[in-house]
Amino acid sequence: MTAADLPVPSPVVSPAPDRERWLAIGFATPAALVLVVLFALPLALLFTASVAGPAGLTLSEYAKLATPHYLGVVWNSLRLALLTTGIAFLIGYPASFALARARGVLRSVMLASLFLPLAASVIVKAFAWTILLRSDGLVNTVLMALGLVDEPIRMIFTETALVVGAVNIFLPFMILPIYAVVAQLDHRLVEAAATLGASPAVAFVRVVMPLTLPGIVAGLALVFSLSVSAYVVPTLLIGERYPTLSTTIAKAFLLARQPGFGAAAGVALLAITLAAVALSARLGRSGGAR
Amino acid sequence: MTARLAVGFAWLAALAAVLFLLVPLLTVAAASFSPTPVFDLPLDGASLRWYARIATLDGFWPALSLSLQIALLSTAIALVIGTLAAIAIVRGRLPGAEALATALVSPLMMPGLVLGIALLQYFRAMGFTATWSALLLAHLVVTLPYVARTMIAGLALFDFTLVEAARTLGCTYAGAILRVMVPALAPSFLTAGLFSFLASFDNYPVSIFLTDVRTKTLPIKMLQYIEEAPDPTLAALSTLILAATVILLVASDRLIGLHRMAGTSE
Repeated sequence: MTAADLPVPSPVVSPAPDRERWLAIGFATPAALVLVVLFALPLALLFTASVAGPAGLTLSEYAKLATPHYLGVVWNSLRLALLTTGIAFLIGYPASFALARARGVLRSVMLASLFLPLAASVIVKAFAWTILLRSDGLVNTVLMALGLVDEPIRMIFTETALVVGAVNIFLPFMILPIYAVVAQLDHRLVEAAATLGASPAVAFVRVVMPLTLPGIVAGLALVFSLSVSAYVVPTLLIGERYPTLSTTIAKAFLLARQPGFGAAAGVALLAITLAAVALSARLGRSGGAR
Repeated sequence: MTARLAVGFAWLAALAAVLFLLVPLLTVAAASFSPTPVFDLPLDGASLRWYARIATLDGFWPALSLSLQIALLSTAIALVIGTLAAIAIVRGRLPGAEALATALVSPLMMPGLVLGIALLQYFRAMGFTATWSALLLAHLVVTLPYVARTMIAGLALFDFTLVEAARTLGCTYAGAILRVMVPALAPSFLTAGLFSFLASFDNYPVSIFLTDVRTKTLPIKMLQYIEEAPDPTLAALSTLILAATVILLVASDRLIGLHRMAGTSE
């Protein structure tokens, strides 16, 4: 009896590759169907509706967007997003480092204070700011008690209120992706930079910043795309006097019954967010290549 | 010296961020105990009268019930189909796995409002007018990306040889998945379920285009109350929702750990 005559132990119950492939396709099908039927097709229809005129294809709805009034509306959306993203970064980037250093109870408290607002309804938070920023609200009371102002300043329905509310609501989306990267940071690299003679500032700019770039880029892209399309925040905190792309879209469908124009504005908003995402993906890659 | 300053600055920013994030939540909670119909802070005295009035808000119970139904059902369906898709993607025997993974998370990058109007026109074009079903389908698109993202990440760390081992020991394929994989992935399921439930329960920009006069979700009703007549009843309702969220978060922290949900593997 030679070795060849011994029964070959059959490979452990792994189904044939072909069967595995069909199984995988079967597993993926329901989710893929949802994506196609409830996401891709509606988007395609939206795009079609934005260029469909009574007599064939037309760009007239987009031409309406290019008028001075609506260009102002687009700028309002961009301005809100840029201010919100910038301020959230200035607070969020340093805060992520402290969060990554925190341990034990302190870390739990800090994480909870990020997650709780994140889990709380946007409407609840925007409502809170309408209470806080009223002329007889807490913020004015504190400012007057500190002697910083003599009489209540008008804050609600101003751009200040809008940006404060937006930063408040979107700040966790800046901190969490940056924190995830900072927490994984290898501190030996910073020490190595110091050993090689880099001052802390140089080590930070040349070592820490590039290493945290993926988190920075993710945070910036997330906060920008969320705030550029924010709807509840401008509706409650500033209202009609600061029309944004989102409030314009909602109005076109819910009040004005101009679905063609609304669709064009929707495609424009989508293009802005996609551009931000694409730009951030590029920046993230070029940083990661180091 | 510079390093010390930087560390101090980081802690200062973190402290400011924490306070800034908590202020609105504390404000709402405080305002809900106001003895008067105005939001005078600090309060003189405390009262529970606004809590008693929540139930009398016009259309409150149907809205709450609708939001819960849609959030629970869409989360349950998303968990099942999202996990199946994640298994197919992670096991790597699926043609185009990378593309599907990207496509599954892509609705996250999409403004909710745009999804809302797209679905509104789409359902109209098809003559599909059942509000409840339309809401459920729309929320499925809202919740699926959260499940897909979390489950793909969770499954990437799962050792599939455990399933093979269970099968060697006599389990069926389905049995091995149910008795080995599902318990091992419990933290991922909880995280995915929590994010997805909250995304649906709090959704405004998609729902607003799909509801009708009689069928409104809770966020839509709440915004309507705030615009019509803001009084501490809304603060009381908001506080109750916050309290429920705190309970959910404490439970998740006990079961999973918040730092794991924050995306660090420590």
